[in-house]
Amino acid sequence: MNWIDIGPIDSIPLYGARVIKTPVGCVALFRTGQDEVFAADDRCPHKGGPLSEGIVHGQSVTCPLHNWVFDLNIGEAQGADEGRISTYPVRVEAGRLLIDGNAIGKRSAA
Amino acid sequence: MTQKLVIIGAGMASGRVIEHLLDADPNAYDITLFNAEPRGNYNRIMLSPVLSGEKTYEEIVTHSDDWYAQNGVTCRFGEHVVNIDREMKVVEGENGHVPYDKLIIATGSAPFIIPVPGHDLPNVISYRDLDDTNAMIEAAGKGSKAVVIGGGLLGLEAAAGLKERGMNVTVLHLMGHLMERQLDEAAGYLLRKDLEARGITVKTQAATKAILGEGRAEAVLLESGETLGADLVVMAVGIRPETRLATDAHLDVARGIEVNAQMQTSDPDIYAVGECVEFDGHLFGLVAPLYDQAKVLADSLLGQPSAFVVKELATKLKVTGCDLFSAGDFAGGETREDIVFRDPSRGIYKRLVIEEDRLIGAVMYGDTADGSWFFGLIKDGTDIEEMRETLIFGPAFQGGASADPLSAVAALPPEAEICGCNGVCKGQITSAIEGGATDLGAIRAKTKASASCGTCTGLVEQLLSVTLGDEYAAPQAQPICGCTSHTHEDVRRLIKSQELKSQAAVWQELGWTTPNGCHSCRPAVNYYLLADWPLEYQDDPQSRFVNERKHANIQKDGTFSVVPRMWGGITTPEELRAIADAADRYNVPTVKVTGGQRIDLLGVRGEDLPAIWSDLNGAGLVSGHAYSKGLRTVKTCVGTDHCRFGTQDSTGLGIKLEKHLWGSWTPHKLKLAVSGCPRNCAEATCKDIGVICVDSGYEIHVGGAAGMEIKGTEVLCKVETEEDAIKVISAMTQIYRENAKYLDRIYKWLAKVGLDWVKTQIVDDLENRKALAERFALSQSVYRKDPWAEHAQNQTVRAQYAPLANLTLEAAE
Repeated sequence: MNWIDIGPIDSIPLYGARVIKTPVGCVALFRTGQDEVFAADDRCPHKGGPLSEGIVHGQSVTCPLHNWVFDLNIGEAQGADEGRISTYPVRVEAGRLLIDGNAIGKRSAA
Repeated sequence: MTQKLVIIGAGMASGRVIEHLLDADPNAYDITLFNAEPRGNYNRIMLSPVLSGEKTYEEIVTHSDDWYAQNGVTCRFGEHVVNIDREMKVVEGENGHVPYDKLIIATGSAPFIIPVPGHDLPNVISYRDLDDTNAMIEAAGKGSKAVVIGGGLLGLEAAAGLKERGMNVTVLHLMGHLMERQLDEAAGYLLRKDLEARGITVKTQAATKAILGEGRAEAVLLESGETLGADLVVMAVGIRPETRLATDAHLDVARGIEVNAQMQTSDPDIYAVGECVEFDGHLFGLVAPLYDQAKVLADSLLGQPSAFVVKELATKLKVTGCDLFSAGDFAGGETREDIVFRDPSRGIYKRLVIEEDRLIGAVMYGDTADGSWFFGLIKDGTDIEEMRETLIFGPAFQGGASADPLSAVAALPPEAEICGCNGVCKGQITSAIEGGATDLGAIRAKTKASASCGTCTGLVEQLLSVTLGDEYAAPQAQPICGCTSHTHEDVRRLIKSQELKSQAAVWQELGWTTPNGCHSCRPAVNYYLLADWPLEYQDDPQSRFVNERKHANIQKDGTFSVVPRMWGGITTPEELRAIADAADRYNVPTVKVTGGQRIDLLGVRGEDLPAIWSDLNGAGLVSGHAYSKGLRTVKTCVGTDHCRFGTQDSTGLGIKLEKHLWGSWTPHKLKLAVSGCPRNCAEATCKDIGVICVDSGYEIHVGGAAGMEIKGTEVLCKVETEEDAIKVISAMTQIYRENAKYLDRIYKWLAKVGLDWVKTQIVDDLENRKALAERFALSQSVYRKDPWAEHAQNQTVRAQYAPLANLTLEAAE
């Protein structure tokens, strides 16, 4: 693992998301009502909707374009829809957001 | 020559008579108004909110001293009338005589006092006027125990108000169940349960034997021998017409003062109106017939033909959280049949009484949304044989005339598309049903059919019915979503009655099955909370769909569209230059003129939004809310400024309306238009609210739409001034905001509540119109602001439009 400090957890609103640009594309960091943080692709496999703009509920997010719902633990679309988004290791330490640089295509934190 | 009109009693009925007279001909009569109470007219119906502390006396005054002075009404308030001398045509007041040409007796009613020992102790109070109300409020401040004798409308309102004031309240009722004149036993039981749940003790079949105490009431003794301690006793067992003056003057008096259809007593120069009157064997206690009488009486005084007729009445209880409705006759009988619906866990009870294929009575408790529709059927004597099977489910279930709607669906081929939004055909749905999806929710989860715009829900339900046959029971009401079993209507009602003021409170108190809702219920609940508690509840951006969170419309490629407001469709060269400059600076690929008379900049990147807003703000442009479930545009034609056909300043009114309404959130989008003449160039008759100007004023239309459904408007009312038009439209907007289901446009909501109900609320009831407009103004004090400026100027918010970090640059090394 190669943890990169992204910033304070408060930079993401509760029930909200923020985007980071990475070598593997835009990644959305989600913060749930229970203060958990998840990282996943910011692109819905259906029509490319920006998931970071969706409504965060439970441990899921709903795509703003056509209401596909993804479980943020595994990235799997729920219900009738079939599709998956990649998820990335992320954790919170002392109020800071840390993402695994290896997983998002960065060789070192330098 | 001006005639002398003397009126005895300044209540709601006579107040209305004076208004009609002044409206029609201010110089016809020289008016003297006696009132035993030392004040003028106020809205007695609103005494219950005053008692509970929700309103103050000042808020319920309908005619102030200034008003009487301005209209030249001579006031003799606080003065009792001693006698009427019919021969001399003189009214004898305590402080002197007043001659009359015409006289109106409007003495109202007196509370009925049970003549038990102790009924005259000082803290035994009736409940009729402001003094009674104040006495109760004062007593509530001192003592802790109140006994209310009488479990009718007034008694229960008194009990609820005293409970609100913190007293321990016991209601004694002689009969077997509460409000027995308006409710049957089952509804009475539910009402009792609701009252007991708020801590009010109810004793039925309780006859009062005596009120005990020395110098003041201390306890109430029942026939059963039980004694109840009391610091305050309220007697609300009924009223009787106040007829003493009429009897003394030898007018014809039965239970009330007898009048003919012109409201004339047995003396042609003396009229009577209101609760003191008896007409055709009827007495009157509710306000609607009193207002009808007032109109007839004013017409009679002005020499215009007019006749009073007795109409059916409906009753509602003004106790927050107790939702009951009754109308017509609901006693059982051999020739009568009942249709009953119960949902015990939700406390819902509905009963319809039918005689010879006509609805003659309705009692409802817990869900009274269809009340006005049933009331209409009763009033009109509609033949209900055709719809009998689904009658109890209300107007929503009375579909078209098609003999068997199912046959059409059954005949569709498997590849026929049912759900246009998600491209689901009949075959997919039937195989899902055969695979075990036996209700709407399961079909939505499995196929997505009817999961987007919802217009095909009826078709999907019919498919369920065709495929499953009798095994499929159509649900009576759909819950909001999978998070709760409550319907939208229930949640709205409970938010108000339980005073739930946060989303967490809603989830907890209403038993949400998910930790914090989902994308369906969160925006709805957020809306309901901000509409009902504008000051207490803080809007939650994270519970909003992206467009309303980012104040721009998301497009299919993730970019946004930006639409600045152009008030009433009017713009200037400066504004157009600013828009053009912004389009250049932010490389806007498409600039389009919208149907709402403004300009759309399409394809703006999310990160650029605060900057482009800042630029547009610089030229005085603000958000057009083109993205919101809220006020969109007020479309106008040019009106009298330029058009040779224009009858009024339609552009000016449109701008005023837009400046008044902008920023408000509504259940669904709200589009307005103002046309300057009936040629209707602004297309006002397919808007949610439209105004058609005519020579004599403004026709206000409601309930149009030109979207998934096309719907022409219906006329709400006509008013004479711009000011009144704005007031009516404020009230209309607010009543829609307070009552409609989230994502129902006005026309959909009207189909449920009925235009007639809305008319009674905001056209007929001027007090209520005013109160609604005031609540709208209160909400606007919070929400009438430019969200673009707020987001662009707040650095923390502004930062959220940009990526949190950019890790691509380092990766390139």
